[in-house]
Amino acid sequence: MKIYDGRYVISGLIVFIALATFPVWFNRGKVSPSPEPKLDTPAILEMVQKKCVLAKDEMRIGHMRLLDQWRTEVVRNGRRIYTGMDGKIHEMSFQNECLKCHSNKTTFCDTCHRYVGLSSSTPYCWTCHIAPREND
Amino acid sequence: MNFIISLMAVLALVVAAFLGIEAAGLSRVFGVAIPYAAFILLISGVVYRVLNWASSPVPFRIPTTAGQQKTLPWIKRDRFDNPCNKIEVLGRFIMEVLFFRSLFRNTRAEVDKGPTLYYQWEKWLWLGGLALHYSLLVIILRHLRFFAEPVPSFVPVLGGMDGFLQVGLPGIYVSDAVFMIAVTYLLLRRLIIPRIRYISIPADYLPLSLILAIGVTGILLRYFTRVDLLKVKQLAIGLINFQCVVPEGIGTLFYIHLFLVCTLIAYFPFSKLIHAGGIFFSPTMNLPNDSRMRRHVNPWDYPVEVQTYVEYEERFREKMIEAGLPVAKDIAAGGPAIYSLTKK
Repeated sequence: MKIYDGRYVISGLIVFIALATFPVWFNRGKVSPSPEPKLDTPAILEMVQKKCVLAKDEMRIGHMRLLDQWRTEVVRNGRRIYTGMDGKIHEMSFQNECLKCHSNKTTFCDTCHRYVGLSSSTPYCWTCHIAPREND
Repeated sequence: MNFIISLMAVLALVVAAFLGIEAAGLSRVFGVAIPYAAFILLISGVVYRVLNWASSPVPFRIPTTAGQQKTLPWIKRDRFDNPCNKIEVLGRFIMEVLFFRSLFRNTRAEVDKGPTLYYQWEKWLWLGGLALHYSLLVIILRHLRFFAEPVPSFVPVLGGMDGFLQVGLPGIYVSDAVFMIAVTYLLLRRLIIPRIRYISIPADYLPLSLILAIGVTGILLRYFTRVDLLKVKQLAIGLINFQCVVPEGIGTLFYIHLFLVCTLIAYFPFSKLIHAGGIFFSPTMNLPNDSRMRRHVNPWDYPVEVQTYVEYEERFREKMIEAGLPVAKDIAAGGPAIYSLTKK
């Protein structure tokens, strides 16, 4: 089989294959383990029952929605009381409630957010909220 | 009917993935084997189609000429609608591939009340096509965040720009909305306009139905149901590095989405979707119009013995004169041959 204009055809195919396999040669076989957000802040270590407002798996995949609901409830409806999964009362406040325990933004929030490729401004929490001061 | 067939095919794929995960628990098949098989089909299929096209000779120049050819210096010519060298062809290609220029010229012909044929302004197909292709590009690039670790720096930037509306959490991507609108428009166009419906076959509806289903499952995954992105990325990174892990509990909807995407990329080289590569092999697009500058000899011409008229007359002159046929060279004159075939 003769290939006409082989120069162009072959270089086109090489470009196509290079683009299609971009992640393969970009990663170069490095398997980085998926990050584990750290739960070792002083506030959490002091807790007897280490529980968030919802179950861990719920929070993992639904925290952004919960925060969005809280925002709406507080800012638009003026309600600040949230009843957690075990009937515990929480104040709907990102700054005072969430960050009280999770005071480690870089080792808690950022690990996963960076791993799944969110931009620094995409979880736009920090455009209004003040990031907790971290010692390390 | 044609649409129903393609819709049924897509539904069958959805049901197959659903049953495969829910009933048979084949998460390794749908999470590992099928993606690999689909990717191999994509690459080998594209290479096969391209080499197949490249093995067809195109000896002569047959470009579409939509403008003034290069001619006398004082006649204004159209560089990109009638290119005469490779650079201009490249320019024409760039405008075609990036902006769908030939589609922009689309008009609608209509005989409206009477014998007059009207050509009407019709840019919606161009706009819909452009919106679909560019939103698809953005969506594909955004998905790199699952396949690359560390995530290339342009991906979060793109995601941030795409989600600039900051509506809801996870935020709405503009490209998702544009994509769904464009696909729906292109599908409705085929279904509603009678002439286009008439020429549409299942192979026209299937890619549209498939990407519509992919869009719907993707939107469900992102905005409505929940999926653990860490597990998704673990799976994707495992596939990329050939060290497959199939995390538990990703959810059936994710596998349906993945299976539809795998079907699309496996189907890509063997369907109309290969126009992505085929456009570069359009002889009406990739050839410079230089027929009047260079002589193009067909290398596959059978070597035929040819005889010029002069040789022919030299051979048969006497017989021609006998038969009373006009000859070009006057024998009686004996002078230089004046091959003027005008009648005296």
